[in-house]
Amino acid sequence: MTEVTLNGVVKRYGKHEAVHGVDLKIHDGEFMVLVGPSGCGKSTTLRMIAGLEDISDGEISIGSRVVNDLPPRERNISMVFQNYALYPHMTVRENLGFTLRIAKQPEAEIETAVKKAAGILGLDELMERRPSELSGGERQRVAMGRAIVRRPDVFLFDEPLSNLDAKLRTQMRVEIKKLHQRVGNTIIYVTHDQVEAMTLADRIVLMRDGHIVQVGTPLELFNNPFNTFSATFIGSPPMNLIDGVVTDADTIVLRNSLTVPIPAAACGQVVSGQLVQFGFRADNLMPVGHAVEETGKLVDLELSVSLTEPLGTETLLFADFAGQEVQAKMLNPRPVKPGETIAFHLMLDKCHVFDAANGKALRD
Amino acid sequence: MNRSQTHRSRRRILKALHLLGLFLIMALICIPGLWIVLNSFRPTVEILAKPPVWTPTFTLEHYRAMFGGAGEGGVPVFHYFSNSLIVSVASTVIAIFIGMGGGYAFARYRFRFKNGYFVGLMLFRAVPGVALSLPLFIVFAQVGLIDTHIGLILVYVAMNVPFTIWLTDGFFRQIPKEFHEAAEIDGCTRWQAFWKVEFPVARSGVASAAIFAFLTSWNEFALASQLTRSVGSKTMPVGLLDFTAEFTINWGGMCALAVLMIIPALVLTFIVQKHLIAGLTFGGVKG
Ligand SMILES: Nc1ncnc2c1ncn2[C@@H]1O[C@H](COP(=O)(O)OP(=O)(O)O)[C@@H](O)[C@H]1O
Ligand SMILES: [Mg+2]
Repeated sequence: MTEVTLNGVVKRYGKHEAVHGVDLKIHDGEFMVLVGPSGCGKSTTLRMIAGLEDISDGEISIGSRVVNDLPPRERNISMVFQNYALYPHMTVRENLGFTLRIAKQPEAEIETAVKKAAGILGLDELMERRPSELSGGERQRVAMGRAIVRRPDVFLFDEPLSNLDAKLRTQMRVEIKKLHQRVGNTIIYVTHDQVEAMTLADRIVLMRDGHIVQVGTPLELFNNPFNTFSATFIGSPPMNLIDGVVTDADTIVLRNSLTVPIPAAACGQVVSGQLVQFGFRADNLMPVGHAVEETGKLVDLELSVSLTEPLGTETLLFADFAGQEVQAKMLNPRPVKPGETIAFHLMLDKCHVFDAANGKALRD
Repeated sequence: MNRSQTHRSRRRILKALHLLGLFLIMALICIPGLWIVLNSFRPTVEILAKPPVWTPTFTLEHYRAMFGGAGEGGVPVFHYFSNSLIVSVASTVIAIFIGMGGGYAFARYRFRFKNGYFVGLMLFRAVPGVALSLPLFIVFAQVGLIDTHIGLILVYVAMNVPFTIWLTDGFFRQIPKEFHEAAEIDGCTRWQAFWKVEFPVARSGVASAAIFAFLTSWNEFALASQLTRSVGSKTMPVGLLDFTAEFTINWGGMCALAVLMIIPALVLTFIVQKHLIAGLTFGGVKG
């Protein structure tokens, strides 16, 4: 059983604290993705788990062992780096077998293990090449092969797809997910790309400024964002947020002009006069007649559309919401002229209310 | 049509100028060497002839004399050669090990006064060696290192270490730190990670640093001439002085010995030139 547990883990660089007391429990076999904007401390956290950075405070355990003072080689982990870090003076075969050769395994066993990994990742044709003779995607696969050969308890990935072009990235994403389903190991995966996080993760850890903002399954984060940061970081396009004020009459006045009822989930949490941010996703603001199914309370709105982004199966509409631009989605797209006014339905039960003071979601 | 023709002829002229410039510079660099090689094969009268003799006569007399007995203008070539070789190789190997360690530390670790140390090392290079010769002489005389291989080796190590540190620091800086990190995760100790991954990757850089150190020691004259006395420790550059008597200089003999001195340096440079070029244009190594 390989759980990874972080207990109040802190990283300081001199006086600067990069990671502030992170608590996290990663279950055996779980695909955990650390996501957040660049500089939020994801890599630092991962590198502390790997043993590449000292832990300033707190405790990390892998399985039942506290690993704080163990060097990387004794933690039984593998890591795939953003720049792959393939050994440039070795062939692919030597790169793959390196870890076993260091462990002084018998040559026959090394060969079997290397062959197996090469088979899994389709590297058989490339075995005698050097890293400099490989394409980006091939290097990526070799790096993953090198990680597999080690038979680690935990795989660590640090932005492994960032150096690939968009198409290859999608392809490798699928391969990584397949790899996980095949080997079943615990994986901790770092990325700044929320799409990668959503598509790969069993659970997501959303970080900002060295803190964990929210931990949960992709759908939990998508449907129940903890605060405005979660709401805008996860999901594409980001959630629309509109300033509003709570009134006595169980309504919210948005931008001093539009009045909507308070969504049921937030009713018990708001007080009259409170400044809030009212949030909804593009998927919940649709031209009348375009939603797959309209659920719960609907609010009727007439909005003028300034810009459209056709995506094929759907079209993204940029509409004017009392002077603020919001994004809406049109399923069954039809041509829309700029400036055209369209009747929308806002699905109130899917809307969120955040405290304007601290950004936290107001929800029962 | 016309425009492209003038364009082409202009390009041809530029190319010719380019070649001419290269030729002049190469001539400037090569002619003294060539002059030495040619003169080592000419009779002394011809070397000193005024006006110069344009059709050289070929002779091996200087070489014959040099390898000959002491009475006939011979010098202990083999001794000088082996002294030079021992001192240069030993000081290069030691300087490379120390310098590589230092360069690696500067490239990879943070420590207090790092920049200060570095500037200090480089400043040390700025002190002319000769300025140190008198203090060195006195100290060496006190501890009995005058006229020994060890003494000279020590001096050359001290001369070469700062430069080696500077060069290898640059090379190691260009190797992504992920290489040793990946190796450590793959099961290496820090020490193994260095020798199995970082050192092989920086090999070219280390080789070029070694060449520079070797040539510096091989060619050094000023300090060696002060610190060596006898056949037991005199190096080739110092040996050249054997050809100067009070009133005469045996140019032919000197050139012959100089040729013997140049050959190993040339051979060595030739052997490692691939590394040298790779090392000096290190950016291309990226994995
Ligand atoms: N070696 C270092 N020295 C000082 N500060 C560092 C170092 N490495 C990272 N940091 C700082 O720590 C913070 C987190 O960095 P990192 O974990 O790399 O972020 P990311 O989430 O983009 O991977 C950043 O503010 C960065 O400037
Ligand atoms: Mg990072």
